[in-house]
Amino acid sequence: MSSGLYSTEKQDFDKNLDLKKVKPYGDTMNDGKVQISFTLPVSCNDEAIEAAKILMRKMGLDNPQIVYYYQLTDGFTFFNGYGSCRHEVDFTGIHVPKVESTVWDMHEVDAFIREQIGRKIRVIGASTGTDAHTVGIDAIMNMKGYAGHYGLERYEMFEALNMGSQVLNEDFIAKAIELNADALLVSQTVTQKDVHIQNLTELVEMLEAEGIRNKVLLICGGPRISHELAKELGYDAGFTMNSYANHVASYIAQEMHNRLNNYSGK
Amino acid sequence: MDSKLGLDFKKVASARAISARIAEDVQTFVEGFTTIAVERTLCRLLGVDGVDKNDVPLPNVVTDFLKEHGVLDQGALYYLGNAMIVTGKSPLEIAELLAKGEIDLTRLAFHPDEEIHNVVHPFLVNAIQKIQANRKRREHYIATLGEGSKPYIYVIVATGNIYEDVVQAQAAARQGADIIAVIRTTGQSLLDYVPYGATTEGFGGTYATQENFRIMRTALNEVGEEVERYIRLCNYCSGLCMPEIAAMGALEGLDVMLNDALYGILFRDINMQRTLVDQYFSRVINGFAGVIINTGEDNYLTTADAFEEAHTVLASQLINEQLALIAGIPEEQMGLGHAFEMDPSLKNGFLLELSQAQMAREIFPNAPLKYMPPTKFMTGNIFKGQIQNALFNEIAIWTGQGIQLLGMITEAVHTPFMADRYLAIENAKYIFNNMQDIGNEVEFKKDGLIQKRAQQVVDNAMILLGDIETEGLFNALEKGIFANVKRSKTGGKGLSGVMKKGTHYFNPFISMMIKKNEL
Repeated sequence: MSSGLYSTEKQDFDKNLDLKKVKPYGDTMNDGKVQISFTLPVSCNDEAIEAAKILMRKMGLDNPQIVYYYQLTDGFTFFNGYGSCRHEVDFTGIHVPKVESTVWDMHEVDAFIREQIGRKIRVIGASTGTDAHTVGIDAIMNMKGYAGHYGLERYEMFEALNMGSQVLNEDFIAKAIELNADALLVSQTVTQKDVHIQNLTELVEMLEAEGIRNKVLLICGGPRISHELAKELGYDAGFTMNSYANHVASYIAQEMHNRLNNYSGK
Repeated sequence: MDSKLGLDFKKVASARAISARIAEDVQTFVEGFTTIAVERTLCRLLGVDGVDKNDVPLPNVVTDFLKEHGVLDQGALYYLGNAMIVTGKSPLEIAELLAKGEIDLTRLAFHPDEEIHNVVHPFLVNAIQKIQANRKRREHYIATLGEGSKPYIYVIVATGNIYEDVVQAQAAARQGADIIAVIRTTGQSLLDYVPYGATTEGFGGTYATQENFRIMRTALNEVGEEVERYIRLCNYCSGLCMPEIAAMGALEGLDVMLNDALYGILFRDINMQRTLVDQYFSRVINGFAGVIINTGEDNYLTTADAFEEAHTVLASQLINEQLALIAGIPEEQMGLGHAFEMDPSLKNGFLLELSQAQMAREIFPNAPLKYMPPTKFMTGNIFKGQIQNALFNEIAIWTGQGIQLLGMITEAVHTPFMADRYLAIENAKYIFNNMQDIGNEVEFKKDGLIQKRAQQVVDNAMILLGDIETEGLFNALEKGIFANVKRSKTGGKGLSGVMKKGTHYFNPFISMMIKKNEL
């Protein structure tokens, strides 16, 4: 199985980085090396291994090698493989929409709000719909925060309420109105069958029906949410993995400030 | 018993005594009330099953009717029993008539209570016998096929389609799993009814229905015979249908049930009065059916900090133990929950986790403790995740945990693939075998970090239990004592389904089941 791993064959590809033609990197520029694992719904035999290699070639992986395989049960075989990707990416032509704000720490955010806004910002958050996962909203809102980043409850200049999980959109909006919230944070973790899209869309529609969509900063977050998706769904911003409370807080503070100073009704 | 941790068992005994008083206080409340879920459960145990033309489950048809007429406080057994005398029909036939609007249970001639008790009695006995038969089936399988050694390897399936779940579950059993949990679809805990029939659509899990239970039980019997090991089936007795699902599980031969009111209160915002009343009957059923219950203390640590809040887990386990004892659940069926959830960047975190797991083992020596894997700090870096799960498995074999819910490398990414489960089982089996006797070989340094940690957690749990006793559990929950979550006694979901028992109310299952369990 390991023939080729120690190949001394001359590698006749260009070994200089070209950002117009970026390829995966193993140990040599442009070697294209990729690791992959998958299961095929066939029992384990020589034909199954060959099928795995053929599939890898179709995925654009040259010189596919199956380095490990195991029959999980009758009719299912697991593979680990390596190959060289023949595709390349023009890195210079990429544009990803991002939340446009400077990232500050908690003290900087608090100081900015105190000086520039002059009052506490009211934020409510929830994991809405049927979603029972609170990890995301807790990480952003709870006092303790996550991975050393304190949550919004800890900020002096935020009044933060975490409504927890499985909050109905109706109840969420009612609470927003009751507290006259400045910003709404919605966390969505379960994404099977796009249930999060339906739920996020419903919230926007209901806020519009209540006539308060433009009175709040509407922000969503979750492991499968991007800023681009959030904008598409009618949110002001979206935060994904590796975002912490200070990212969200910095954005809210700066965006509130912008709106207070040149509010044009959008 | 000698403690490897230098624990003071007198202190533990007094913590237990405090917990017993806390539980007793809850029980005093519970006994005065019934709930709409308890009444649906009684309908099911009497054989009421199926749906009406609008897909409303017949147990709901009966209890909703009684509730609308303001008489549910007298109990479903009272009205069904009375109708049985008047019509000469079975509870199921009466429910079907009611669904068609052809009978009004409140406008029949009423017979004396004793006559009603007598007419339902054969149906009670029938349910009791069915549940006993399932218990015997399990015991027979374990006696003839055998079972996996502890820690039992517990994995979840969660495809949303019961038939696909079967493929995944059987594969896992062949790879070495001892317990298969079918995760419920997200949101089912908040439904005030149990859906009917086999289901193939779910979000992040599969509906718990009686037919789905039956399909999976059959599949696990089949694969159990093939691998010559009894494979246990687990589901979720929580949410607004707690006792109902216990009854369905007892009737279909489930072996393990998540069953924790505190979990529902804190993490599903279910009303505390409702779910504590529901929990009592559900635990009576689980105890009688020989089902191992799993409590949800591990979840406190996914929300609150695992290092700082360790004592809340111990306090809750002690309370849960006492609530379970009151419901007739023996220690051997108490899968009290705890978790390996400390921040991986914590210095000596492994030693602290080891200390706490050993502590739980020593304080609950007969309980098949359920140890939960890292979830909060699983990042999508599957390679590091495999190591986190390995450390978790090392502690489990070292401290003799009862039920090991295996961590998946793709935690925080997706519900497990077939291959994820294989990698997890391979990881656990490797470690369980390679480190088999480490717990017998290694002792802990006197007054070292490991000993001190456990002693400190016990001390803190004692203080907390004292506070809970002073406040009462309901008030303590209102103050956010567990997982930093505050819940109001009259808030949350399901309060409208709680009723003070009326003068005709009767539920003989409680005494029949608890008494039989003692024999």
